[in-house]
Amino acid sequence: MPPLAATPASVRVVTLNIDGKDYSARADETIIEVCRENKIPIPSLCYLDGLSIWAGCRLCLVEMAGQSRLFAACSTQVTEGMTVSTNTERLQRYRRTIVELLFAERSHVCSVCVSNGHCELQFMAQKCGVDHVRVPYRQVRNQVDSSHEAFRLDHNRCILCTRCVRVCDEIEGAHTWDVMGRGSDCQVITDLARPWGESDTCTGCGKCVQVCPTGALVKQGTSAGEMVKDKHFLPILARRRHAQ
Amino acid sequence: MNIDDIDELAQKHRDKYAGIETEVRVCMATSCQSSGAPLVFEALTGAQKAQGPGTCRVKGVGCMGLCSAGPMVAVAKKDEPPELEVLYREVKPEDAADILASVGGAPVARIHFPTDAPFFTRQQRIVRENTGIIDPESFTGYVAVGGYRSMVQTLTEMTPGAVVAEVTTSGLRGRGGGGYPTGLKWSTIAKMPVGQKYVICNADEGDPGAFMDRAILESDPHRVLEGMAIAAYAIGANKGYVYLRAEYPLAVERVETAIRKAKRAGFLGNHICETQFNFDVEIRLGAGAFVCGEETALMASIEGNRGQPKPRPPYPAESGLWGYPTLINNVETFANITSIIRNGGEWYAGIGTERSKGAKVFALAGAISNIGLIEVPMGITLREIIEEIGGGIPNGKAFKAVQTGGPSGGCIPAQHLDIPVDYDSLKTLGTIMGSGGMIVMDETSDMVDVARYFMEFCMTESCGKCVPCRTGTQQMHGLLDTIAKGQGTHKDLALLEELCEVVQATSLCGLGQTAPNPVLSTLRFFRDEYEQKLIAE
Repeated sequence: MPPLAATPASVRVVTLNIDGKDYSARADETIIEVCRENKIPIPSLCYLDGLSIWAGCRLCLVEMAGQSRLFAACSTQVTEGMTVSTNTERLQRYRRTIVELLFAERSHVCSVCVSNGHCELQFMAQKCGVDHVRVPYRQVRNQVDSSHEAFRLDHNRCILCTRCVRVCDEIEGAHTWDVMGRGSDCQVITDLARPWGESDTCTGCGKCVQVCPTGALVKQGTSAGEMVKDKHFLPILARRRHAQ
Repeated sequence: MNIDDIDELAQKHRDKYAGIETEVRVCMATSCQSSGAPLVFEALTGAQKAQGPGTCRVKGVGCMGLCSAGPMVAVAKKDEPPELEVLYREVKPEDAADILASVGGAPVARIHFPTDAPFFTRQQRIVRENTGIIDPESFTGYVAVGGYRSMVQTLTEMTPGAVVAEVTTSGLRGRGGGGYPTGLKWSTIAKMPVGQKYVICNADEGDPGAFMDRAILESDPHRVLEGMAIAAYAIGANKGYVYLRAEYPLAVERVETAIRKAKRAGFLGNHICETQFNFDVEIRLGAGAFVCGEETALMASIEGNRGQPKPRPPYPAESGLWGYPTLINNVETFANITSIIRNGGEWYAGIGTERSKGAKVFALAGAISNIGLIEVPMGITLREIIEEIGGGIPNGKAFKAVQTGGPSGGCIPAQHLDIPVDYDSLKTLGTIMGSGGMIVMDETSDMVDVARYFMEFCMTESCGKCVPCRTGTQQMHGLLDTIAKGQGTHKDLALLEELCEVVQATSLCGLGQTAPNPVLSTLRFFRDEYEQKLIAE
């Protein structure tokens, strides 16, 4: 008896070229997913496997053959025959400038930071070759919220990647975090900008602390360089998300 | 309802005012109201009442265009073209008796404004054909000048495909600034599978110095609703939103009135004009964010979320409001539709240039004699607009530059004044058509200061989502400020230029991508002004 005719797959498989090499991918995957799967380094600070796409840090921008504008690898789905360059001289220059802009925006002084040595912004600067910052530091003093019994929020070290907002909303389901304000006045807030310790919605799960790329969200009682993330957290987050 | 029924409705309105020979029209749009039009209107109606019923009617109308000379009053024989009317400028309540007494005789010389000036004769009124003539709060007044006839015609005589084809033939391009072909946008959404679709009218006009959409909504709101309804029929939508900024309270009020009256007359809602077509319109107020004029941020705002842009694709045509296919067009784009259906796409395509069809409304502001709104055919030169229609630069000053396209545009210097105004020519000069704001600057303007002003605007209006726009505009503003104060170095200028490139290339939405334009264009044409301010290292 002949086998039953296969039902057509709902998602197609495509072949694309990244930095001169061919890769296969499902058509519903984004460029960054294909790159991560194949160990092609793509810098990003807001993207996190398991959370929704934000496309705000602009570090994962890539060049595409035949297109003059750049595409964010995290929010661009692959297509058949797509030719992507992830690390051109132009992209390197832009990434370096963006990291410099982030450093100058708030107060990122690594030597006194609780996350020194465990900070994604710090790694990013090293990877992008930022040895000094050409734009003037803005020297704005922001508040620190220590009202929560277990965690601390330091706006001076926040890069507004909104990973905390998304993990709290999408994984924990509490939606304690949100963003208020405009432009550089933007701040992540708990509830309606009340102190974190007074939040009615916060479950104290600490997911936001685990996903924070910098030293903005940390455990209470940590001192310089002591804020080390739980190395099992992010893989679990991604696995649980994909299992859904 | 068919064409004959609507013609009958129009005739009824005309019969009602059959005894009226002359109309005294008082501009009741925002700018004239702010200079005292309501008092003038009161005085005129009072004086007219005192005269007793006659052949003259005092009527509140929309914008007459010459906003700097308000309050404006026009006296016109009822069915005469606007060129023949007698126009009065800066009218005071005391002038009311004289104006009424002059009807049929010689105009009141001291406040008379000649309508044979180029400001009036060089215009081509399509979108603004009724503004300043009809009462924006009267539904039947709009029907009497042929309003809703195009809608009834499309609903009863045309297929959706034929409507899209007509708009495509017209060559109309989006009037909000991008210049995307309207017919192409409509056909894309029409081709999406049948199901829930939305129509959005983008009335979040936020460019400094631009007030075209406000005037259209305040002067002829039904025209926009009619355009939206025709669009909805063409693409298969049943729900529309007018996203209107709350800073335009009068426009909000008039659009609300228009929606209410159109619904009551059966021209919006279910089974419009006894057909199977349903279309309902609601207003959504913008809370003052410039970025909400960007379509993805606008839709987020309508959904009740924070007004922040999302990466495109997916484009709204595919996945827009609440994930459904959505058509977003600007106020002026919708306002063109009724004329295109009435006169045909070919007619519209006959106006303007090869790649930019029709006419465009511009808001003249700044150092120019005739501040106000004009509608001119595409392809007219900037020189004609500024020197003839605009009446040149006041106080004997020399022209220096004209800024088009708001914070996303650039400055055009005197040597390029003969360029035709169309989407593509303006692009070659590093600026854009934009929504239609034109800010004219005379020789006293400091171009570094101009760039700093626009950068400050973008900095405060950045939503804060993406890093280059949020922090880049701030750093660029800081550098421009340093240079403007005479403390900048050559290194600062080089850094500024580099930041311009990075912000332009890497920002998430149009606001950030175009924020450097005012700097780049002033650097291109007025680099010496920057360099004069630099200090040696």
